[in-house]
Amino acid sequence: MKRIFAAPVALALVLAATSAYAAKDTIVLGMQDEPPVLDPTQNAAAAIDVIFSVNVYESLTRIGEDGTVQPGLATSWTVAEDSKAYTFKLPRGVVFDNGEKLTSATVKWSFDRAGAADSTNPTKRHFGAIAAIETPDPETVVLRLKQPSSLFLSYMASGGAAIFDPKSADGNKSNPVGSGPYKFKQWVKGDRVVLEKSPTYRDQSKATIRQATFKFVPDAAAQVPALLAGDIDAFGTIGATETLDRFKSDPRFQVIIGSTEGEVPLILNNNKKPFDDIRVRRAVNHAIERKSIIDGATSGYGLPIGSHFPPHHPWYVDLTNRYPHDIAKAKELLKEAGYPNGLEINIKPPPFAYARRSAEIVAAQLSEAGIRVKIEPVEWAQWLDVVYKQKNYDMTVVAHVSPWDQDNYTRGLDYYYGYKSDAMDALMKSALVESDEAKRKGLYEQIQRKISDDAVHAFMFQLPRTGVYAAKLRGFWKSAPVSVTDLAAFRWVD
Amino acid sequence: MISFTLRRLAAFVATLFATSLVVFLVLEVLPGDPALLMLGIDAQPDAVAALRTKLGLDRPPVERYLVWMAGLLRGDLGISHTYGSSVSELIGERLVLTLPLALIAMALTTVIALTLGVYAASKHNTIGDYGVMTATQVGIAVPNFWFAILLVLLFAVALGWLPAGGFPGWSEGPIALKSLILPSFALAVVQAAILARVTRSAVLEVLREDFVRTARAKGLTRTQTLWRHVLRNALIPVVTIMGLQFSNLLAGTIIIENVFYLPGLGRLIFQSINQRDLIVVKDVVVLLAAKVVVINFVVDMLYAVIDPRLRTAR
Amino acid sequence: MKSDSFIMRCLRQRNFVIGLVLTGVVIAAALLSYVWTPHSPTRINVPGRLALASSTHWFGTDHFGRDVFSMILVGSRNSIMVGIVAVTIGVAIGVALGLLASAKRGWVEDLVMRMADFTFAFPAILSAILITAILGPGTINSILAIGIFNIPVFARITRGAANAILARDFILAARASGKGQIRIVVEHVLPNISNVLIVQATINFALAILAEAGLSYLGLGTQPPDPSWGRMLNESQTFLFRAPMLAIYPGAAIMTAVLGLNLLGDGLRDALDPRLARAR
Repeated sequence: MKRIFAAPVALALVLAATSAYAAKDTIVLGMQDEPPVLDPTQNAAAAIDVIFSVNVYESLTRIGEDGTVQPGLATSWTVAEDSKAYTFKLPRGVVFDNGEKLTSATVKWSFDRAGAADSTNPTKRHFGAIAAIETPDPETVVLRLKQPSSLFLSYMASGGAAIFDPKSADGNKSNPVGSGPYKFKQWVKGDRVVLEKSPTYRDQSKATIRQATFKFVPDAAAQVPALLAGDIDAFGTIGATETLDRFKSDPRFQVIIGSTEGEVPLILNNNKKPFDDIRVRRAVNHAIERKSIIDGATSGYGLPIGSHFPPHHPWYVDLTNRYPHDIAKAKELLKEAGYPNGLEINIKPPPFAYARRSAEIVAAQLSEAGIRVKIEPVEWAQWLDVVYKQKNYDMTVVAHVSPWDQDNYTRGLDYYYGYKSDAMDALMKSALVESDEAKRKGLYEQIQRKISDDAVHAFMFQLPRTGVYAAKLRGFWKSAPVSVTDLAAFRWVD
Repeated sequence: MISFTLRRLAAFVATLFATSLVVFLVLEVLPGDPALLMLGIDAQPDAVAALRTKLGLDRPPVERYLVWMAGLLRGDLGISHTYGSSVSELIGERLVLTLPLALIAMALTTVIALTLGVYAASKHNTIGDYGVMTATQVGIAVPNFWFAILLVLLFAVALGWLPAGGFPGWSEGPIALKSLILPSFALAVVQAAILARVTRSAVLEVLREDFVRTARAKGLTRTQTLWRHVLRNALIPVVTIMGLQFSNLLAGTIIIENVFYLPGLGRLIFQSINQRDLIVVKDVVVLLAAKVVVINFVVDMLYAVIDPRLRTAR
Repeated sequence: MKSDSFIMRCLRQRNFVIGLVLTGVVIAAALLSYVWTPHSPTRINVPGRLALASSTHWFGTDHFGRDVFSMILVGSRNSIMVGIVAVTIGVAIGVALGLLASAKRGWVEDLVMRMADFTFAFPAILSAILITAILGPGTINSILAIGIFNIPVFARITRGAANAILARDFILAARASGKGQIRIVVEHVLPNISNVLIVQATINFALAILAEAGLSYLGLGTQPPDPSWGRMLNESQTFLFRAPMLAIYPGAAIMTAVLGLNLLGDGLRDALDPRLARAR
């Protein structure tokens, strides 16, 4: 086949000529990172979810663009009076790409596997809350919890909670089999993953894109020419944010700046000198100046934050003025804390551009308040080992991309924040069991204020979503509360 | 000849054994946990522990070393932690890029170097010679990754003729070669500069010998003499350097594949170190060491072909 | 001819002179940077980032608004320092090992040479990546990684040259006077091979600068805020579209330093060995 070049080329030309009249039904999406494996129950890489969650693999629930929990595989659910049992209804006639049927037993099998003692599921802790799984009939699953959890439904949306067919589960790392609107076609390692519309999906009217190619372009400098040349139709998060202006002025593209769930704090080691003293933490908060950090690290596209909460969410409280930029005040606080001549600390940023760049700017800003910062960049493996596991650091920078991850502040001294507060624990506990939305909102507002008041970290910005899309593309998300690509919603317009 | 081969074989085994031991010990002290890397920061500690058990990372070092070596002897390179596929498969997938890249670069190197070297020697002490010598001096001094960036600036950013990086896979047909043009040039230029200088001095050396005068006396033209007699005799130092350079090229791909984001062996090893895919690192390092020994062996064989006198001398 | 001073011979070498000028420029830049730079090379000024070359910023500013010209000046210190230390490590240990091998012969020589062969079987850049992965990235660790790979180079050269000298007649005379092997090697051999070593050191100095640039380019060498040419190149790559010149200056600086040292080495070799000069 490959030896005869002329024929396919001629054919392609004919096809190109004819398809110009029909609406475009394929799409090429660029992304920075390639997933190492294609199974979200084996590896935590976000790139797996970007391609496969919602499209190929389905979970019981899913997260919408506004961050709310929506029906996924389950069409509906009811919550028991005591909030300790969830009854999910599954649609009839769900078939996996390999022809196997999906029933309540499949769900039970998947969750048993995820929560088993020898499970290596990255989201295993979400399944520890499940006390029992019942399958009264093929279309009904009842999950009984050990204690109520207001976040349980959003946990069930994660890639780690995807429902797998027992027969194909082990092969999913290289040959994904799911029940979603798209099926896996091809993985050319180092270059692309191709999905096509699944002929066995239960609702054929849903998707209009016939074939979707996810193309990996890790090099920020190569992303721009690929878009300009038309090799790529859309880039959900483009690396070289400096080049966005170029696309803004080009009528072939639309530039969409949105938000993500990624809060980026300047993380302070609360359980180690000098940051065990709130005055020193507050001094750092006064000494940083967000505008320069955001401009330097994200080309100005990140949104400033003053606490650990995404600014696009309706429950967000603006606390960015809690600690105004004030070098004199910072010096005064340091003096009070017993550091009249300033102090010396380290910062260990992981190898992400936003982290390394923020660290450099922060180091320069803190030096003005007399805090001399030694930058000690670490690679990701070392970050996990030295910073995260051994907690051997003073400051670091890393994005917290999980939604509703404020419970990090109740993980105590074992967690790398080294932050422990009984008041916070109490607030979080009530928020997790509170079923009344208005009351939960109030609790989360208090949590935001508490994090800010305690100056646990110096909060900098929310990671922006800097998307460049072909002008005629519709249906994509402006913001990304979770890293998924809802292909079924994509469509081309004339 | 037999004792020569045997000695070579013994050196080969000794080198591989020493390499395997060193790389194993080095990776033992390398900080970082592959299991934690795969499962991410939200992972529950017992899931990480379960994965460590599954990957066999919790067994004592001696046992792990022996298991690995036993596998190597059977030709079984093991299973990659990160990718979950067999390492030999993984290396195979990457070699189909790196090997053509290195071969193209080597071919470019040879063509550029021999042409420039012989030309400069034939124009000894003229403007042409000085020009070539200056160009090669500059070529040697250019960092290859910088040259790569310059090529990207010119051909990808300014002119838009060639891709700035990435590789679409051979399934795309010959168009995939386009992605290898800039990387192979970036790899070849520095090597060609060195080789051209070696060629030039080797040719000059031979030109002084008696048989050249004889050949000219026989009525051969200067060009005929140069290509038929001189080059053949000048090849020994050239081939020696080429052998070294081929090793260098494969090492050079580590940086160049990172500049162009090519999914080849060089990028695999770099990523494997970062992702603590220890089994892949160990295998590739041993493989690279084996390759150096093999290339040295091939170079020695080539000597014998080029210069029959060496055959008996050994 | 015989009465020519060594310096005069050097200065008649065109390569030497050009090399001297280029190396001189780099060293002068480094020295100058201790007393004067147009701006602070570490001063961050985000609003003024990615500025084009102007009378205030001769080479423009980088993505943090730092003055690129100042960074290039100060970056030269780093390259020179890494080169000197790495080569010193290589010379000190390598020459000692080479002389030892040459003096003792037998299994000592075998062992030293096999160790040298073994080191050559690893791609240097790969080992450097591993070393910096274990010890952490940084100037000192990258110097170590580069220095280690200079050891076998000097061990081999020393042994080869020393063996040739040891075969000469005047060594016999020294031996006859009752001097021990080690003493002979240090007193008679070392001075006679210093020319070769100086030439090789110059060339390896250049190679060390290239290696440091490569490691820094991969993010494993000198860390911020200290300016480094290799890291500047790395950082420039994201901005190729906005500010292509950011990729030009540091590369040109590396090239100047390496070219200068290579030419200096060639010139020195030719001046030290007039026979070679004619052959080339």
